[in-house]
Amino acid sequence: MNFFWAFAVGGLLCVAGQLLIDLTAMTPARVLVTFVVAGVALSALGLYGPLADFAGAGATVPLLGFGHLLAQGAAEAVAERGLLGVLTGGLSSASAGIAASLAVGFVMALAGRSRDQN
Amino acid sequence: MKLNAEEYSALCKQASPRSPLARDCCWAFFVGGAICLAGEGLRVLYLRLGLSPEDAGALVSVTLVALSGAATAAGWYQKLASRAGAGTLVPITGFANAVVAPAIEFRSEGLVPGVGAKMFTIAGPVIVYGTLASAIWGALVWLTGAGG
Repeated sequence: MNFFWAFAVGGLLCVAGQLLIDLTAMTPARVLVTFVVAGVALSALGLYGPLADFAGAGATVPLLGFGHLLAQGAAEAVAERGLLGVLTGGLSSASAGIAASLAVGFVMALAGRSRDQN
Repeated sequence: MKLNAEEYSALCKQASPRSPLARDCCWAFFVGGAICLAGEGLRVLYLRLGLSPEDAGALVSVTLVALSGAATAAGWYQKLASRAGAGTLVPITGFANAVVAPAIEFRSEGLVPGVGAKMFTIAGPVIVYGTLASAIWGALVWLTGAGG
């Protein structure tokens, strides 16, 4: 059942992104920014945590989950180290995904070659 | 030829390929769902291997990022994305694609102005606004003493 909900919730969140692209003519970069900020907001309102418990990777793999991770990190860091956590929490919790993307990007730039985008 | 904003957007609409909403959403649902399903499979695997939920989640992201990077370098991710739209954009694999594709594309402009800078064309704004939003939330938590 977990696998079913991961698929269904993840798919629906992608449909939400598709609706933004098709109906508002938003660019992909704006959709990603919107999703991350919305993820922070939903997490702050206490709505995203329960969804992540329910749908697992269906909620954490979409970029909303990235925002949830940032918000959780900030809140936890504030609890641990006070005001400084406001600045350290978000990025440290998201660092694995960001650093992995940068490392993979660098390696692929050296190894890969530019090709036609179609 | 001078155009005002309305005429321009009308022309744009005319020239854009037709993109039926239902078909786009169907693709986004199934491809996006499949990527999340793969993520859930990896998460269950990592949990079985004894990782903590936090570590398993982080490793799922890293694995998907690496797979997406390889698929981007091979040119497969872009092919899928031209059909799947937000199905390939919204998952973290789309974020990785947005980092890796320009890194490869602008390799010829050098390691610093090309690869280093262009990686952040899309990832930069995402990190900037995500971090700002999380800092605002962190400040609210600090001020109110609310738990996260």
